[in-house]
Amino acid sequence: MNIVVLVKQVPDSGAERTLSSSDNTVERASANNVINEMDEYAIEEALKIKEAHGGEVTILTMGPERAADSVRKALSMGPDKAVHVSDEALHGSCAVATSKVLAAALGTLNADIVICGAESTDGRVQVMPHMLAERLGVAALTGARKLTVEGSQLTAERQTDEGYEVVTAATPAVVSVWDTINEPRYPSFKGIMAAKKKPVTTLSLADLGIAADEVGAAGATSAVVEFAKRPPRSAGQKITDEGTGGEQLVAYLAAEKFV
Amino acid sequence: MAEVLVVVEASQTSGVKKVTLEMLTIARSLGSVSAVVLGGAGAAEQFAAKLGEFGAEKIYAGEGEEVDGYLVAPKATVVAELIKRIEPAAVLLASSQEGKEIAGRLAVKLDNGLLTDAVEVAADGTATQVVFAGSGIVKSKVTRGLPIVTIRPNSITPVAAAATPAVEQLTVTVSDTDKLTKVVERVAEQKGSRPELTEASIVVSGGRGVGNADNFKLVEEMADLLGGAVGASRAAVDSGYYPHQFQVGQTGKTVSPQLYVALGISGAIQHRAGMQTSKTIIAVNKDPEAPIFELADFGVVGDLFKVVPQADEEIRKRK
Repeated sequence: MNIVVLVKQVPDSGAERTLSSSDNTVERASANNVINEMDEYAIEEALKIKEAHGGEVTILTMGPERAADSVRKALSMGPDKAVHVSDEALHGSCAVATSKVLAAALGTLNADIVICGAESTDGRVQVMPHMLAERLGVAALTGARKLTVEGSQLTAERQTDEGYEVVTAATPAVVSVWDTINEPRYPSFKGIMAAKKKPVTTLSLADLGIAADEVGAAGATSAVVEFAKRPPRSAGQKITDEGTGGEQLVAYLAAEKFV
Repeated sequence: MAEVLVVVEASQTSGVKKVTLEMLTIARSLGSVSAVVLGGAGAAEQFAAKLGEFGAEKIYAGEGEEVDGYLVAPKATVVAELIKRIEPAAVLLASSQEGKEIAGRLAVKLDNGLLTDAVEVAADGTATQVVFAGSGIVKSKVTRGLPIVTIRPNSITPVAAAATPAVEQLTVTVSDTDKLTKVVERVAEQKGSRPELTEASIVVSGGRGVGNADNFKLVEEMADLLGGAVGASRAAVDSGYYPHQFQVGQTGKTVSPQLYVALGISGAIQHRAGMQTSKTIIAVNKDPEAPIFELADFGVVGDLFKVVPQADEEIRKRK
């Protein structure tokens, strides 16, 4: 199995995040940037498939130079190699343009399975796997909480609001996973050392045959026209239960007309 | 007036979802409303009355095994063909997993922009989005093609406006590529008659402080008394107390109910990301320093196993 895992570097969701005041893109330069958490589950799933069925795991990321840190971090979990698409013209790319670039990069990798996290913690747009499947003309099994590989046949339990759907397709396919699918391994010291020597190929837009004006702000299909911080919530009333806490809680609910 | 397409979110079991009624209400301010029903045979007929009640003047029905038996791709093809034919002023979809996935495919097929998680759409198509776990508000526009916008559940209160929709059956022509992923089985795990988490106007959630799976009955009981949905923090889900589809947080559902009750939840950023746009927040936690109290409108520092049963009793008395 030739498996490609999509990894995105995102600003740490545990810290304050904002848009850049100059161009309303996600502020990444000053942020503490980390691997999108859900992508670690995708890497783990890829490694498990490789361990069971053999093959190779490649990390694919699109992002500025600093995303190289996340590529190394991803490699330290165990994948074999990485491709990093980096080009200044990509800054400010919309989802449509991003899918064009990633599809072009995937075109050079001949993957049986492309795995990614179900969503990123910055945009939470959740569209990339189906956009890629649409562009590549391959199957998409998205929102998986369980994945089974039998020969070239993939079966996934897709989490839904009501429960789950069992979906099945043959490779090649794009799979996206939720954090219920597995428990990602921690990189070992050996893994961290080995990651430093693993091959990382850097590709530019020119390498992929994509013009600069098809991506970035120039090629964007949508634009942010305004950004404002929401005022933080302020704490209200806090009482300590001294025997009537439950009653006081309901009195508050009643005053607010909930009961 | 140009048509505005609303891609209906509904299920055979629970009917038309509330987010659909919200979309119909928003769509009425943008043009003449046409609902698109995608599903098994007879779906449009099943949902027509409800859609008409909220102002759908026309219903396009894309029905049958070709649409319903495969994951997402055929639905996107049907909607894309319809868009090309009628050239609507805008397309609204639900900000659910499937709604976003259809939107994503439409954007690629039509080389068109898309905006997700909108809570409001202005007459000129500008969408308002809540971003970064509720800490920012963005106004965005599609700059290529027509506005394709997904609407977050519980963004507005649906308003009825009766219409009698005519149903037009669409000729469904999907390619083999659209049929690569087959839906083999749909399994419902939702328990009881509780409202769906993202659509509920009241949500009662439990966290690590609930202690074990059995104790979650306490959370369920309060939810049932208030007519609300049950949620769980990631810590509770990871500990196996409650199933993952009820997880509220950064990696889970985002909810925005009128009332959110957090029981035994510390309020880590992971959790706050999924609930801090709730209108009123109530917290019960034994740790007075728990960050959840920073955003609670009313907080009780105390043992939830004492506070909650007493509150339940008091709610029963007032009923």
